[in-house]
Amino acid sequence: MNAAVANPPLQFAFTAEQQQFRDSIARFCRTHAPTARTRQQMASDTGLDRELWNGLCSDLGLSGVQVPESLGGQGFGQVELGIVMEELGRANVCAPYLASSVLAANALVNAAAPGPRDEWLPQLCDGTQLATLAVAEADGHWDPHRTTVAARKTDRGWRLDGVKTYVLDGHVADLILVVARAPGSHDHEGLSLFAVRAGAPGLQVRALNSLDPTRRLARVECTGAEALLLSEEGAAGPGLDRAMDESLAALASEMVGGAQALLDATVSYAKMRIQFGRPIGSFQAIKHRLADLLLDVEFARSAAYRACERAAEDPSPLREVASVAKALASDAFMLAAREAVQLHGGIGFTWEHDTHLYFKRAQSSSVLLGSAAEHRDRYVLSLAARTAGDRP
Amino acid sequence: MSPPTEASVRDEVRAWLAQNWSPELGLAEWRRRLIESGWGCPSWPEQWFGRGLSPALAAVAEDEMRAVGAVSVAQFGVRLLVAATLLEHGTDDQKRRLLPRLLTGEDTWCQLFSEPGSGSDLAGVTTRATEDAEGWTVTGQKVWTTSAQHAHYGILLARTDWNVPKHRGLSFFVLPMHQDGVEVRPLRQMNGYASFNEVFISDARIGRDGLVGPLGEGWKVALTTLAHERRMADSMRNWGRLQLGEGRIYEELKAEYAAVMEPYKWYAQRAGRTDLLLERAQRTGRIDDAVVRQDVARALMIERAAEWTAARARAARASGQPPGAEGSLGKLAASNLARAAARAHASISGAAAMLAGEDGPEQGLIAEILVSVPACSIAGGTDEIQRNIIAERVLGLPREPSTDTDIPFRDVRRNVSSSR
Repeated sequence: MNAAVANPPLQFAFTAEQQQFRDSIARFCRTHAPTARTRQQMASDTGLDRELWNGLCSDLGLSGVQVPESLGGQGFGQVELGIVMEELGRANVCAPYLASSVLAANALVNAAAPGPRDEWLPQLCDGTQLATLAVAEADGHWDPHRTTVAARKTDRGWRLDGVKTYVLDGHVADLILVVARAPGSHDHEGLSLFAVRAGAPGLQVRALNSLDPTRRLARVECTGAEALLLSEEGAAGPGLDRAMDESLAALASEMVGGAQALLDATVSYAKMRIQFGRPIGSFQAIKHRLADLLLDVEFARSAAYRACERAAEDPSPLREVASVAKALASDAFMLAAREAVQLHGGIGFTWEHDTHLYFKRAQSSSVLLGSAAEHRDRYVLSLAARTAGDRP
Repeated sequence: MSPPTEASVRDEVRAWLAQNWSPELGLAEWRRRLIESGWGCPSWPEQWFGRGLSPALAAVAEDEMRAVGAVSVAQFGVRLLVAATLLEHGTDDQKRRLLPRLLTGEDTWCQLFSEPGSGSDLAGVTTRATEDAEGWTVTGQKVWTTSAQHAHYGILLARTDWNVPKHRGLSFFVLPMHQDGVEVRPLRQMNGYASFNEVFISDARIGRDGLVGPLGEGWKVALTTLAHERRMADSMRNWGRLQLGEGRIYEELKAEYAAVMEPYKWYAQRAGRTDLLLERAQRTGRIDDAVVRQDVARALMIERAAEWTAARARAARASGQPPGAEGSLGKLAASNLARAAARAHASISGAAAMLAGEDGPEQGLIAEILVSVPACSIAGGTDEIQRNIIAERVLGLPREPSTDTDIPFRDVRRNVSSSR
């Protein structure tokens, strides 16, 4: 199936097929990823539930939903990826989907040369290889242009030196895709995409203690680590930028799903909880906050949908709308998390109540791939750069 | 006769326009022809100056009019609200007597709803109408009345029964404005403009033909008026978009437009003027300040998200889905946007935000934005009322228990200044 023809731009309305697709993911999450199971994963050493992961990849075929069929994927697009992420976010599913199926897959599609791309993508799509993308370094930015990890070409192949951190699921990944640069190169020049296999000589991976136990992070240290070159040498910059922007749209969708789940739970609670002889949701002090939250969540949703729609229209400009989506999603999800805890009162602060699972996801996601403030800045600078030429 | 189709409507309107339209006609004369033909209000019933067409076919007729630059009837602003209300609730005599001169623009109307003691709680109005053999004697005070100073008539919400609960004691009237007992005074706002009026009503008279709808059912009639308020802004915009050509009728139209738009000349500033933000930030060099960039981005992102949310609401309507939350948020979003824009303008201005007029940034335009934006979250339903509506209608939260809806209005606690 040619996805581009079968799925014209959604124009903010989903087709019946897309709605059914969404329902099937929601059903799967309710059955196979209830919070009781998420709590088991949180308590485990690695946070990886192979059975659930296989279910997402094999039963539902969700890994590579946005990847063309010719490359081993499902042949849908970024809009469908957004739908998957929104539903996984709504259920706060603990799985390496963002790492492997979003970040790594988007990077391979956009930045890898045909040979390595065709070799690795099918294995990511069927879930046999779990991959992640290592971009950020000690300064905590996901802009590939800031990369300092250096790549050396030796007689026995490529070797990487330097440290990546905040690497999603790096401790369980079979394959770590590393952004590195030619020694002495700067900014967007000299960037390449490499693959480092788990356990490769010169690779040290340390699982970090993550605030959100459903989304684990790792520090990846390369000391002459053996690596395979995936992209054209020194030419990965533009493809990586696109991959990061697509991933921002997907992450924003996931955050909107989480924010909506919190809003729904808090509204239900406000209708049911009685104090002073009436439901607390009848007090304007509560109502007004929930109305404001609804507005922010709906705006974040509109931006996330718009970003996914844009991401599906390759090669339309994505950078600005991706920043709008991520900034609004960061703020809306955090607001939802704070309000959910506050309006649930004491019970909202207990370990037993599920609100804190979402709160921690919100806190973590609000800075992952760049905070709201960073994306606001990126947005205005991009607008200014685009319009500066028109002005005397 | 076969039912009208798009093609038949197009042909008929074109033929009629070829016979009748001329830019050299006087405005009122042309509109009288329009009204007689039914093409002025094609979606109205045939009996009442219309053609009984569906909204889609009416839009086709309006299309054809626009294509030749033909001027429409004067159905915009308060006139639109009045027309919709009279059409639904007026007597045959009222429709026959009042609608034609409303549609020609010869009569100007105003809306006498809000009172100093009754803003968000419109059903709490205390202007009193006392019945006698010839009609009613009215006493009270109205406020925020646009165009009252040159209006011929006002639609008036007044209390006719103080012994029943608040919503049941109201009646809806047409008040002739040109009489002793109606005094109009301009009301100066915090931004210096005087776009609205206070209307003092002391023993003014309304004849028996001035009651709209049954006595005591004025609230229901007023809800019809309020339901059309959302269309009012669209009607003003569309009207402003007509391509003006050469000819006597356009000269008269320009004068009419200038008079009607006079109270609204600061409304663009009220909305925050996001269109100026980026250009100002660049031109002044303030874009180099990271704090300024944050403020500018906040405003521009709200603006983008508001556009996309409106597009989602349209897409949902077009695909026949029930309206979702996205359709109810526009008013509150506009307030948020205006505030964010004002903050960004202040941020770009820095110390110069203290200056107004010729000394102020952009020859005073920025100062005008800063002191006009606060109106946005009050006019047409305060943010607080909007939040109640969203919380109750969209989120389904329970209403606040009320203390004033089930007791006689005379026993309801009111503002000290309200008349008794």
